[in-house]
Amino acid sequence: MTDNMKMRAQLKGDFVEVKVLMSHPMETGRKKDDFGQLIPAHFVQLVTATLNGKPVLEAQWGTGISKNPYLTFRLKGAKIGDMVAVTWQDNVGAIATQDIVVTQA
Amino acid sequence: MQRRSFLFGLFSLIILMPINALAAIWNKTAFETNKLNEATKNLDIHDEIISPDIQITAPDRAENGAIVQVEIKSNIADTESIVILVEKNPTPLIAHFKFSNGAEPFVITRIKMAETSDIKVVVKSGNQYFTNSKNVVVLENGCG
Repeated sequence: MTDNMKMRAQLKGDFVEVKVLMSHPMETGRKKDDFGQLIPAHFVQLVTATLNGKPVLEAQWGTGISKNPYLTFRLKGAKIGDMVAVTWQDNVGAIATQDIVVTQA
Repeated sequence: MQRRSFLFGLFSLIILMPINALAAIWNKTAFETNKLNEATKNLDIHDEIISPDIQITAPDRAENGAIVQVEIKSNIADTESIVILVEKNPTPLIAHFKFSNGAEPFVITRIKMAETSDIKVVVKSGNQYFTNSKNVVVLENGCG
């Protein structure tokens, strides 16, 4: 699946800014559908990021992150041509990974 | 062993592995509790010192509690992690970020807020915890 994550990694002065937009329903498990049935919880629990294969960020999430999660983070010491990879895992076992090369802002 | 059951066993192993690995990392108790102090206790947060060196940028009033953009920047030396809690949400713990290998203690994300509440941020640096909070007035419930 290539359409469930949009990423950008740009060098801005002395840091690289990484922006990630994930496609995910982030269901809390407390919402009801049109028939009054509870919609089961379905949410991203873990997001990890690496720079050239080295871990830089680990994010544990609950159901309080908005639908189609958005995340910005910044990396010091990264340069143009470096590879940033982001992986998310949700509570039903789905996993998505995407990487992107750092470019000039 | 029959081939079918062997294959089924292999299949379920592949499916279950990532969930088990995840379960080891994800702090279930902290994320599922409906009490803020239970969540912080399960994250070993204690004796937090109020610090203006944690910058929280969020709207004073949110039209829609389903999407509240929050920017957090820690100016505290050796910040290892940032925790976001929303006091009045059904489950107050929103996110726990850990930084390493040159990642700056900075995040922007979008969170759900059930009602008007403080956003409480806790920063870990060494064995010390620092905190700051920002009140957001929510005009429309966002947890549904």
